[in-house]
Amino acid sequence: MAVDGYGAATAVPGPASLQGQAGSSPELVQLLTPEGERVTHPDYPLELTAEEVKALYRDLVLVRRIDTESIALQRQGELGIWASLLGQEAAQVGSGRALGPHDMAFPTYREHGVAWCRGLDPVKLLELFRGVSHGGWDPAEHGFHLYTIVIGAQTLHATGYAMGIQRDGAVGEDGQAVIVYFGDGATSQGDVNEAFIWASVFNAPVVFFCQNNQWAISEPLERQSRIPLYQRARGFGFPGIRVDGNDVFACLAVTRKAMQAARDGQGPTFIEAFTYRMGAHTTTDDPTRYRLASELEAWKLKDPLERVKAYLVRTGAADQAFFEGVDEEATVLGKRVRTACQTMPDPQPLAIFDNVYAEPNALLEAERAQFAAYLDSFASEEVAQ
Amino acid sequence: MSVTDSATAPPRGGVRRLTTARAVAEGIAQEMERDPRVFVLGEDIGAYGGIFGATGGLLEKFGPGRVRDTPISETAFIGLGIGAAVEGMRPIVELMFADFFGVAMDQIYNHMAKIHYESGGNVRVPMVLMTATGGGYGDAEQHSQCLWGTFAHLPGMKVVVPSNPADAKGLMISAIRDENPVVYMFHKGVMGLPWMAKNPRAIGPVPQSGDEVPIGRAAVAREGTDATVVTLSLSVHHALDVAEQMAEADGISLEVIDLRSLVPLDRQTIMSSVAKTGRLLIVDEDYQSFGVSGEVAATVAETDPGMLRAPVVRVAVPDVPIPYARPLERAVLPGPDRIRDGVHRLLKA
Ligand SMILES: Cc1ncc(C[n+]2csc(CCOP(=O)(O)OP(=O)(O)O)c2C)c(N)n1
Ligand SMILES: [Mg+2]
Repeated sequence: MAVDGYGAATAVPGPASLQGQAGSSPELVQLLTPEGERVTHPDYPLELTAEEVKALYRDLVLVRRIDTESIALQRQGELGIWASLLGQEAAQVGSGRALGPHDMAFPTYREHGVAWCRGLDPVKLLELFRGVSHGGWDPAEHGFHLYTIVIGAQTLHATGYAMGIQRDGAVGEDGQAVIVYFGDGATSQGDVNEAFIWASVFNAPVVFFCQNNQWAISEPLERQSRIPLYQRARGFGFPGIRVDGNDVFACLAVTRKAMQAARDGQGPTFIEAFTYRMGAHTTTDDPTRYRLASELEAWKLKDPLERVKAYLVRTGAADQAFFEGVDEEATVLGKRVRTACQTMPDPQPLAIFDNVYAEPNALLEAERAQFAAYLDSFASEEVAQ
Repeated sequence: MSVTDSATAPPRGGVRRLTTARAVAEGIAQEMERDPRVFVLGEDIGAYGGIFGATGGLLEKFGPGRVRDTPISETAFIGLGIGAAVEGMRPIVELMFADFFGVAMDQIYNHMAKIHYESGGNVRVPMVLMTATGGGYGDAEQHSQCLWGTFAHLPGMKVVVPSNPADAKGLMISAIRDENPVVYMFHKGVMGLPWMAKNPRAIGPVPQSGDEVPIGRAAVAREGTDATVVTLSLSVHHALDVAEQMAEADGISLEVIDLRSLVPLDRQTIMSSVAKTGRLLIVDEDYQSFGVSGEVAATVAETDPGMLRAPVVRVAVPDVPIPYARPLERAVLPGPDRIRDGVHRLLKA
């Protein structure tokens, strides 16, 4: 699985990036400041127990650990590629934890944090990025669909899925809704805009969750839009909200409300999670070619984990033992993921003929037999030698 | 026409060696200098220099007015390229991966390819749709396809598939100057990129001059007498490697034809070679059924099947998607082992 960020061409001076910073402007929903101070918002009351906050913190730490471990594994040649979520943990955990068990999420290739929230073992993701499986999890089991790389395509699948839910009449408190993830760059794609139209016209129970991480490989946000992305929703006929994507509380509250609105038959919502891609586009990209280090420094001050930690310390909800416990758990998880990755068996060559169609196919059976004979010819050569 | 005069590329001067990626960029740069109507559109083609290096250095030389990073919107920028071409410009539009043609196929085959025809010849669409093809580096089902057979199947656009730096430059120049839409398909594996498994043939002599390599002319990449291997793009590298190795180890003399263009297809060069050897192996990294390999075989069957001393052998991608898993991808691609096996089967028959 690959995400197109390859290649090291020669370094050239990149254009200075001009996009604005996510200050706490009136249009940005924020419930926890970068300093870890709880703030309120009239539309998004959020009551969290100390245990719930601690659970969110644990998610953030573990998800980051999966990411750093995977980057290391890729560097060591154990994975083909990795698309890092660094910096986007709060957007993914906040929205992921807002989902109910019957909801369905449609991810891009970067939603490892959402996968975690949907109970998907990170080892399953690594099978994909190591290249030993096609990603063999059952989306229905986890409410988590396939990773999608062709930009924007999943927004249509999600809208179609949502219209299926609508037909099934799964509405109300126990109803179902769909969330679809995509990036700032994807908002330029025709598929995405057509998904907006369909969702709007048919009032589909779908939440469009855009992680605006400011970059689409080497292209900055101003190559995609001249207005804030969330403002586009209005033109399509549904509400758009910008949330501090590095604030897990705000992402949770905003997504929860939007999902419930969808279940209640109020149609789609567009959520722009304003965040930043702290790492490279993928492990094969080198962002120093096109963006300024100062931008990264500014965003470091808004780290999604640190603010929750500061909050927990400030309120006395968690002690040193808690933080040490979470760190220990992350270490164990990292080790488990690493070992599992290194010991994954390679698939057998004849598996290439599996699953092309839902049932056997005469042409493929003939090709399989021919290929098996070809493989056997090596075996008999070895015996002969 | 004899084999050599139809097929051998005209001698080209210059001993400077470039990667294919740099040769493509140089061809574009020279045409941009020569012709102010030429400009480039695509994703990550500016500061990044193209994901596969085909536009490296162009932004610095020509600025963002003529080297435009686009929003992620293939339908839009291919459609816009058509509009600009109709207006008199000479756009080069990069589709990052041939696999993404699906996003924009209406613009490509209903409009780019047909406007000339449906306008009664009044409107020309002289644009280049440049795109990366092929696998072999773990990039999965939606990023590894060749798909040139699909493009070649649809009337109205030319299709070129260079295998080496000199042809890549010369064919780019021809494509830009052509009055038709030209789909320029480079295999990532021939680009000579530092991060990809490299065949030494991805670096080679490239003339300084802005000479064209004519569209529609195949090349005899290696002369031989025992069998003809008709192939294209990265498979030419593998076929030449196998030919060299089999000549030495087994005394087998293979003639390797590099198609270079699919539309128009140089059937004469294929026929002349098969007339000489009587045996035909087709190596194609595209899917086996309904594609280039079938077209080449049909050419011989329709013209003079009697010249074949053995049934045609095809080494292509079986009719399955390109798997991501490395061992599986290796299994489907027509690498040297499978080509060698194909030669043995052909000569045994
Ligand atoms: C249709 C299509 N065009 C181009 C690409 C190449 N590509 C892969 S990722 C990417 C950038 C996507 O940016 P964004 O939507 O902001 O998501 P992010 O990677 O920042 O999470 C591009 C252009 C693709 N995969 N699919
Ligand atoms: Mg982005």
